Amino acid sequence: CDPAWPQRDVWHFSIGHVTPVIYSLMAERGYFPLADLMRFRTFAGHLQGHPSHHDTPGIEVSSGSLGQGLSVCCGVAMAARLDGSPRRVYCVMGDGEQQEGQIWEAAMFAGHRRLDNLCGIVDYNRKQIDGDVEDICGIRPLADKWRAFRWNVIEVDGHDIPQILRAFAAARAHRGAPSVILAHTVMGEGVSFMADDYRWHGKPPKPAESERALAELGTSFAEWSARLLAG
Amino acid sequence: MSTTITLPEKVEKKKTREGFGRALVALGEQDPRIVVLVGDLTESTMVSFFAERFPERFIEVGVAEQNMMGIAAGLAAAGKIPFLATYGAFASCRAADQVRVTVAYTGLDVKIGGAHGGISVGPDGATHQAMEEISIIRSIPNMSLIVPCDYEETYKATIAAARHRGPVYIRFGREDVPVVTAEETPFTFGRGEVFAEGRDLTIIACGVMVYEALRAREALLERGIEARVVDLHTIKPLDRVLVERCAWETGAIVTAEEHQVNGGLGGAVAEAVVHTHPVPMEFVAVMDRFGQSGRPDELMEAFGLKAHDIVAAAERVLERKTQ
Repeated sequence: CDPAWPQRDVWHFSIGHVTPVIYSLMAERGYFPLADLMRFRTFAGHLQGHPSHHDTPGIEVSSGSLGQGLSVCCGVAMAARLDGSPRRVYCVMGDGEQQEGQIWEAAMFAGHRRLDNLCGIVDYNRKQIDGDVEDICGIRPLADKWRAFRWNVIEVDGHDIPQILRAFAAARAHRGAPSVILAHTVMGEGVSFMADDYRWHGKPPKPAESERALAELGTSFAEWSARLLAG
Repeated sequence: MSTTITLPEKVEKKKTREGFGRALVALGEQDPRIVVLVGDLTESTMVSFFAERFPERFIEVGVAEQNMMGIAAGLAAAGKIPFLATYGAFASCRAADQVRVTVAYTGLDVKIGGAHGGISVGPDGATHQAMEEISIIRSIPNMSLIVPCDYEETYKATIAAARHRGPVYIRFGREDVPVVTAEETPFTFGRGEVFAEGRDLTIIACGVMVYEALRAREALLERGIEARVVDLHTIKPLDRVLVERCAWETGAIVTAEEHQVNGGLGGAVAEAVVHTHPVPMEFVAVMDRFGQSGRPDELMEAFGLKAHDIVAAAERVLERKTQ
């Protein structure tokens, strides 16, 4: 992995709080050893609670304050256009994050500039810290909102990998407008006692709960600990 | 090395923001990585020169300062050197979170041109008279901050900002202000300049207050007081060596800034001298109040930011020095 490869596509998580996912993916892809994950959010580790460019090579831009990432991706997309570079820019957003005003400033800009090298992904799980998104401050109709901002909207089942791959291909092929993939997901999918319950949005499971959840997913705590410690 | 600046009877006046605009064109010619962004204030921030010369590298973002800060960050992350221009009130306050998290925490090469700093903005009133930028920007790690004193220095500060690696905020004003420096006047990022020698006290100023400080020095000389005048254009990183030397050699300091007294230039200077050589200090600044509409000259007078206010502060500080 070369985080400085100039032709690389840029993948930016505007939702900085999903570091457990970001770091797991990065470790699996070889950005750093799997064992580093054991020191996540600790003083001794390099894996900050929210993504830090300074601490973790491969994090393009630090994030953690919601709503800022799509603007950053617009900037990278503009730079690629100026350079005549084929690189593409992907921005992962949350659905609760759609409540931030800056998202729509950036959406308006990208639509106006027809940034077709930009692709947004919304993890549309309908949950935020304090409850269901529609109960807190509703964002529906989300697809219409993005269309109104001149984006190409693609809706997928966010748990269906072939559908997701087709969506990325369609986004790449779409010319003259940025694309956004609304990925309909279920938070905690596959774990009976977590699925679709907002109370698990920011709460780490207790050891017994982890064991139960991993068992439901067909694996175990011991198996993962061994792998992480070996990595 | 010090440059002695003596003011002529009639001083030429020019806009600091024009220095910013002209320097951007020079930078654009030297370096293809230079990109300029603006938030619906092209003429007013004088990035219009760049827009005409390099339309392909000029990005009009519209009225969306937070978005503009983020776009600049993305451009910097992709290897460009973006300069963005808006009013200081929006660059430092409205987009403060974007400066803190996206730009400064990442350590991106974003250069922020904050126009319309200070009470001298005039008729627009309190909302558009940015007077908090120094306190806000200097409290954010990784940020650098320059407050140039005139057209020439704003030009040099803009060039210096491009050469410095990391985020830089440049604060400049709206009005025509006296040109006290010349093209050949030394300017080094991170270093203050002694503009006039003196041994009784030091007046440390930034922005348009450098001119007022030089005028105050003349008035003090008539009373037999020799004031040193320092142009402390770079407020972060602060030239601690110079500030501490001034404290040591003159034993009293007056700071002068067109900015809120809380956490501004005066605060930065006080933080430096208190460690090694505490001396009596007086602050000429806006005393924790909002601005208002008016003519620039009458506002400078009403808010206590004229040469005679510096003279009065000098007399107060000298009384404490001799006690």
